[in-house]
Amino acid sequence: MLAKRIIPCLDIKNGQTVKGVKFVEIKEVGDPVELGALYAEQGADELVFLDITASHEGRKTFVDLVKRIARNINIPFTVGGGISELSDADALLNAGADKISVNSSAVRNPHLINELAQNFGSQFVVAAIDAKHEQGDDWVVTVNGGRIPTDKRLFSWARECEDRGAGEILFTSMDHDGVKQGFANNALAKLSDNLNIPIIASGGAGKMEHFKDVFTIGKADAGLAASIFHFKEIGIPDLKAYLNNEQIPIRI
Amino acid sequence: MKIIIIKYNAGNIRSVNNALLRLGYEAEITADPTQIQQADKVIFPGVGEASTTMAYLRETGLDKVIVNLKQPVLGICLGMQLMCSHSEEGHVDCLNIFDEKVRKFQLPEGNMENTKIPHMGWNQITDVKTPLFDASLEGEYVYFVHSYYVALGEDTAATTNYILPYSSALQKDNFYATQFHPEKSGSVGERILANFLRL
Repeated sequence: MLAKRIIPCLDIKNGQTVKGVKFVEIKEVGDPVELGALYAEQGADELVFLDITASHEGRKTFVDLVKRIARNINIPFTVGGGISELSDADALLNAGADKISVNSSAVRNPHLINELAQNFGSQFVVAAIDAKHEQGDDWVVTVNGGRIPTDKRLFSWARECEDRGAGEILFTSMDHDGVKQGFANNALAKLSDNLNIPIIASGGAGKMEHFKDVFTIGKADAGLAASIFHFKEIGIPDLKAYLNNEQIPIRI
Repeated sequence: MKIIIIKYNAGNIRSVNNALLRLGYEAEITADPTQIQQADKVIFPGVGEASTTMAYLRETGLDKVIVNLKQPVLGICLGMQLMCSHSEEGHVDCLNIFDEKVRKFQLPEGNMENTKIPHMGWNQITDVKTPLFDASLEGEYVYFVHSYYVALGEDTAATTNYILPYSSALQKDNFYATQFHPEKSGSVGERILANFLRL
């Protein structure tokens, strides 16, 4: 049976892993390659590395880092941040990334998803969507780390991403991120029902039960978290043993 | 031992090389027929689209080189599919090493369980056969990303269940193939690659 995936996310700034609370107050937590390898050994199913460095020099550092990750880590990994054209994706593919995620750049230029999928295949393209809850079923897609609302809505934009060739959706609820009160399960379940591609849930993990809920109530294919792993609040082996015990299909 | 990774217009070639480096082996990535023919082990990896990749293999003559190899050959993912007789992806005739057709996954009727295509993530290999899989690998999880599959048949070397039970590995004579990515399957994948290198 296909296992539900546990994905630690590492935000990278100037070559170091950082984790902010609600995307601000950034704290450094260590070397990305070392941390990634440790997570892989502990049973992480995939890793996500997001480059939050804006500068041109930072970009080069990030591509070099991706090469080091590819050499040292034996599970799939996605890289994202600052990918706005084909050449950015090509550099990361050549550095050894298994997938890339696009976020703000795809909102500004949706055709980017088509181009990436046509050139590298859908399996290479993760559409990352940050959204903020308005009311009822209404979620506004935001860009620039949640700071700027757009005219796009979560469910229609996610569908458009799939239609344009995205291979997965990584949905972060800006209302749940960093709050540790559980994932946005209702919105996630609706995404999963509406779409035919896998959904990665992000934002809100605080307890092991939250992962059980996101896989059952939220119908997510994968659960992503950062700080709870970085700050050792939840160990991946403990989490997987718990989920296995709760009858969630998981790779042990 | 001389290990060759066949270089062609497909992704993930570097990933395979990285995995071999982690196992302590140096491989060469080349499209040179002589080098490929002289290797002790040949790896035919691949992420990409079947018909364009097949067209490229025909143009370069790599198609004939591959089918005539006598040393152990390991096809991975698209590599495995191209070693079959025909693929529904672009409706193309392939290398015909394995007499099996490659078909597209169809979502089950009603799709009550929210099954997704592609089959992406970690799934189990069962009924493992051939020296590629020692008995300790029975039931282990490996990493898959694919939308097309090969049905169970006489060359099936491992079975995985997604929508239906299908061939997650094939073997015939000196040709071995996995639908999953051993190079991305953690320590389990490394054991499978090490088994191949020991053949």
